[in-house]
Amino acid sequence: MAEFTLPKNSVLTKGKTFKAPSGTKNIRRFEVYRWDPETGENPRIDVYELDADACGTKVLDAIIYIKNEVDSTLTFRRSCREGVCGSCAMNVNGRNTLVCTKAISEYSGTIKIYPLPHLDVVKDLVPDMTHFYEQYAEIKPWLTNNSTPPEKERLQSKAERDKLDGLYDCVLCACCSTSCPSYWWNSDKYLGPAVLLQAYRWLVDSRDENTEVRLDQLDDAFKLYRCHTIMNCTDTCPKGLNPAKAIAETKKLLVNRKDK
Amino acid sequence: MIKSATSHWLVQRITAVILIPLSFKFIIFLNLCVNAPYEETKAWLASTGNLVWIFAWLVVVFYHAALGLQVVIEDYVANQGLQSLLIKAINLSFLIMTIAVSVFMYRSL
Repeated sequence: MAEFTLPKNSVLTKGKTFKAPSGTKNIRRFEVYRWDPETGENPRIDVYELDADACGTKVLDAIIYIKNEVDSTLTFRRSCREGVCGSCAMNVNGRNTLVCTKAISEYSGTIKIYPLPHLDVVKDLVPDMTHFYEQYAEIKPWLTNNSTPPEKERLQSKAERDKLDGLYDCVLCACCSTSCPSYWWNSDKYLGPAVLLQAYRWLVDSRDENTEVRLDQLDDAFKLYRCHTIMNCTDTCPKGLNPAKAIAETKKLLVNRKDK
Repeated sequence: MIKSATSHWLVQRITAVILIPLSFKFIIFLNLCVNAPYEETKAWLASTGNLVWIFAWLVVVFYHAALGLQVVIEDYVANQGLQSLLIKAINLSFLIMTIAVSVFMYRSL
C-alpha cells in the first residue's frame, strides 16, 4: 500500500558530528544514516568530516575509513570492492548505486549515504534482502531442461549466446528494484525489475525448455504488469543494464504467444 | 472485464492508440460545443459520420478509462476486498455512463 509519510519510528533525528582533525586541508563531509535496533531509538544522521586526501577515492573507501579510523560502530555490507558482488548497494545523494564503483570526486558538497530505500533495515546501512531473494528463487533461476542431457555440454550458437549479454551481467544488488515506485507500493506481489530481468534471462536462454511454464508464471497483473515503464530501474542500474527493456521484451513474448 | 493480465495490458494500449485519431474529431466537436450556437452543434452531430465518430470516441474513452482506473486502484489499494469493490464500482459507473450517452445521443437525433 502506498505510504506517503514516515512511520513514527522511522523519523530521522540529528546524530553525532565527528569533526575532522584540526589542520585538515581537504575536508569532505559525509552524512550517514544510522539505526541500531537494540537501542529502540529512532534512526539518526551522523556527520563525518573526513580528510579527503586520506580516505581513499571511492565512496566505499570513505565508509571503510570511517569504520576503521573514526567510528567502528558503523555497519555496512561490502565484499569485492569492484562492482561484481553487489553487496555494497546503497543510496547516495538520492540515487541507488554500488558505492565501490562511485568516486567521491563525482559528488560535490556533502555526500549523503542511506540504505537502499523501502526495505526493512537490519542495522545502519544494511537492508533486509530476504524477500528479494525469495522472489528471485520464485522464478527458478536455473536451467530447466527435460530432454536427455548430451554427452558433453549443451551448445549454443553465437547468436543464441549474444541474447544473454546485458542479462547475465546482473549482480542482484537490488538498486533497480528498490528505486521502483511500483516495487515500493507492491513489493509483496510485484517481482520488481531485478527479478524480472533475471526471469527474462532464462526465457531467452536457448538451452532452457520451460519457456511456456515461465511465461505462464509471469502472466499476472501483479508479478509483471505492475511495471508502468517508469524507467527508474534503467536509470539507476550501476552496471548500466536495462531491466525496463527486459520487462518490455517479456511483455512482447506474452503478447506474441497470445497471437498464436 | 478482461481476465488475462496480458490481454488487459494489450487492450489498454490498443484503445490508447485508437483514441489518437478519434480525438481529432472530438476536438472539433468540443470547439462547437463551446463556441457555436446550439442548433449548429446539433446539426453537425446529426450527420451520421460525425455521430458515429463521437459515439466511438466516447465508448473507447470510457473503456480505456475503466481499464486505466483499475490499474490505479490495483496500485494503491492494498485491501483485497476494497480493491475488488472499487473496481466493480468503476466498471459499473462507466457502463452506466456508456448507456446514458447512447440514450442521450439517440434522443438528440
